[in-house]
Amino acid sequence: MIGCEIGKMKEMVRLEGIVKKFNNNLIIPELDLTINDGEFLTLLGPSGCGKTTLLRMIAGLETPTQGSIFLDDEDVTNLPPYKRNVNMVFQHYALFPHMTVEENIHFGLKMKKVPLEEQKEKVAQVLYLTQLEEFRHRRPQQMSGGQQQRVAIARALVNNPKVLLLDEPLGALDYQLRKSLQLELKNLQRGLGLTFIYVTHDQEEALTMSDRIVVMNKGYIEQDGHPDEIYHRPKTKFVARFIGESNFFEINEDQYAVRPEKLNLCVEQEDNEPYAGHPEPKFFGTIVDVVFYGTIDKVFIRLDNSNQTVVAYQYFDDVKRWSPDERVGIWWYDNDGVIVEK
Amino acid sequence: MKKGKLLILPAIFWLCLFFVIPMLIVVAVSFATRSPYGQIIFDWNIGNYLRFTESLYVSIFIDTLFVAVVTTFFTIIMGYPLAWTIAKLPQKWQQPGLILVMIPFWINFLIRSYAWVIILRTQGVVNTLLLNFGIIDQPLQLLYNDVAVMLGMIYALLPFMVLPIYVSIEQLDTRLLEAASDLGASPLATFRKITLPLTMPGIAAGTILVFISSLGMFVVPDVMGGAKSALVGNLIQNQFLSARDWPFGAALSIILALLSLLLIVLYYKALQSQKGGAENAENVA
Amino acid sequence: MQRTWRSRVLIAYSVAILAFLYLPLMILALYSFNESRLNAVWTGFTFDWYLSLFKNRRVLEALTNSLIIAVASTIVSTILGTMAALALNRYQYKFKPAINSLLYLPILIPEIVMGLSLLVLFSQAQFPLGKPTLILAHITFCLSFVIITVSARLEGMRQDLEQAAEDLYATPWQTFRYVTLPLAMPGIVAGALIAFTLSIDDFIISFFVAGPNSTTLPLYIYAMVKRGISPEINALSTLMIFATIILVIVAQILQPQHTRKH
Repeated sequence: MIGCEIGKMKEMVRLEGIVKKFNNNLIIPELDLTINDGEFLTLLGPSGCGKTTLLRMIAGLETPTQGSIFLDDEDVTNLPPYKRNVNMVFQHYALFPHMTVEENIHFGLKMKKVPLEEQKEKVAQVLYLTQLEEFRHRRPQQMSGGQQQRVAIARALVNNPKVLLLDEPLGALDYQLRKSLQLELKNLQRGLGLTFIYVTHDQEEALTMSDRIVVMNKGYIEQDGHPDEIYHRPKTKFVARFIGESNFFEINEDQYAVRPEKLNLCVEQEDNEPYAGHPEPKFFGTIVDVVFYGTIDKVFIRLDNSNQTVVAYQYFDDVKRWSPDERVGIWWYDNDGVIVEK
Repeated sequence: MKKGKLLILPAIFWLCLFFVIPMLIVVAVSFATRSPYGQIIFDWNIGNYLRFTESLYVSIFIDTLFVAVVTTFFTIIMGYPLAWTIAKLPQKWQQPGLILVMIPFWINFLIRSYAWVIILRTQGVVNTLLLNFGIIDQPLQLLYNDVAVMLGMIYALLPFMVLPIYVSIEQLDTRLLEAASDLGASPLATFRKITLPLTMPGIAAGTILVFISSLGMFVVPDVMGGAKSALVGNLIQNQFLSARDWPFGAALSIILALLSLLLIVLYYKALQSQKGGAENAENVA
Repeated sequence: MQRTWRSRVLIAYSVAILAFLYLPLMILALYSFNESRLNAVWTGFTFDWYLSLFKNRRVLEALTNSLIIAVASTIVSTILGTMAALALNRYQYKFKPAINSLLYLPILIPEIVMGLSLLVLFSQAQFPLGKPTLILAHITFCLSFVIITVSARLEGMRQDLEQAAEDLYATPWQTFRYVTLPLAMPGIVAGALIAFTLSIDDFIISFFVAGPNSTTLPLYIYAMVKRGISPEINALSTLMIFATIILVIVAQILQPQHTRKH
């Protein structure tokens, strides 16, 4: 299968000026996006943000109202799904109930009229890759959710698509299984060097698996970047709020977002005494609640002169454990306060 | 894409040709007059509808309504418990139970009425038994009266009541019943406050099916009722087959059809206000 | 325990009602084997009435008519109904409420009205009554039932299966051939069986649109019933009951199951 060493930055999918309306309902106002070859790109956002619509447009299951879609430099905007060399892993897998696992996997090759010998070879390969050999004669409904999910992936991969589209493929599974399949999927993608476009509303999943995350909201791209960048340098208030927890502070008309783990607390000093070893507190407040979370305490503080409550994580190697009604000063290192658009 | 949309046209065309147009012709005929030789003269008058107000026809109509009400009542009190029992059978007995109710549904009224003739006629099963046991010395006249007609109607239409009720009970979320009894409702209170309101769409659908069918029924009275127990259905049948007064028969059937339509519309209106039941109705129908 | 007491009464009541539904049919069947022609007294077991049915030319003719009409109307109504159900399931129509009313009204309107309206149509069009008019009429009332049955099946089918097929390079025709059709097949077969049963069993509508040489089995039974009781009617009715039972069971078993291989 395709190697990924050389064409790392070669572009695979390009969306130009995409607009999508459903019956005068504007889903995607206007959007440009480029996805590189061999990239694991995640479209992340709340439900209804247009991420699935975008994925389905790449698959050809929806047509954009305006704009063009290029796949490997070919304009595929008006091509039906069966003429596009991309494959999709559907949200509920969409496995054909009247076919066995093997027949499901054969389906795409059969439709493309690949020679029978080659079909068999490829199916055997992919069955091995996804560890489904022993289930090949089962019907989908006789398998567990995790196994069905693997069949869905095998059925798509066997066609050697240029891009694999995944629509919340782990959404229907329980937490433990999801964790282990996340790793499996990521390894599979790395091993094959294939371009994955992955849709999810689960921020943790997105952070763990992706090379690049595109955060969407109401059809707009809020931020597009490396997971690390998305988490630590959120560009907008929406991103800061949607991914992880954030506190917002208003300083000189600027909105600062600070992660709770970056928020530090200190005892309020009286009579303008200096604060030893760290910057001056920027805000003061009263602790309203301290909640034990296992590895951390979550400390909730009501800021003075406002009814805003912020939260700080306190690790137990910190000097002091806080309790309600204590007065505290709040400070952070300049680097940890990120100015976000409102 | 667009081409597939046309797949519906043959069915629509067919129903327009063999359902809508015939109905329109019947409407036209209902405003016509019968010539002395039984021909239809299209002279656009409402005489046929006025004739319906004659006391003979009014009383037939009232009889028909009465029979329909009685039939509906009995099919509900017989059908609901049966539907309930079948819906609550263990999983593997569900389908056999359902089939048991489906079978009489599909056997035609004629054969099912005839079965009762065998049982109830003067030399029938009941009379023979009673005579042999010396309970009576003269065979009883069990057939050809109003009671026999009602019995036959109930028998014929019971499956029409059971099936829709079965569907609504089957879709009932049993957790609601558990919740009700958990909240201290007695079995009777649970039934009245939860089960009955939630299965009402099924009862309503069954009522519509039974009521409409009994309004237009002519087979049962024809086979079990003799000459005296004529209902609207028989009246219509006679106009078309013996009396050859098609315009009057047409007017009668238009009244029957409108009445049925009215009931259906009322049913849908009631369902709409009880939201979410619309699909039930379609499944049931 | 109050609960078990209640449920026992309920079950007993239900069994009694089932008996009410089935006993008359069983008695009918039983007496088709009774030697005595006239009385309800059991005089001995016989197959004579069945044998005499099979020698009766008019019965065989009615059977042939019934079968011809049922097969023809099943084929046409299943094809038209399946097409309509597929289209309804897939596309949005502007006048959907009107279309739905048109498709479902034939079921809800009293059969007698439908029968006589067809009689009026055929007589106004001066179309002679006979097998063709019976077939046209039967297709008309079977059509709605087929549409409902097939639609129910299609509605239970997930839309994403067809999209998955398209995504896997199946053209619209291949999608229909390899995914939609096999998945809809149990519904189509059930619809066809229902159409066949309705047609074979129909009396009311046939009563209006049959001609002199197109007597069907139910019409023949009616004529016999009008002339008086005879064990041959019992025998013929019993056969029809059995045919219906078999058709209903097969249709029911087909309904919920998943499809066979394509």
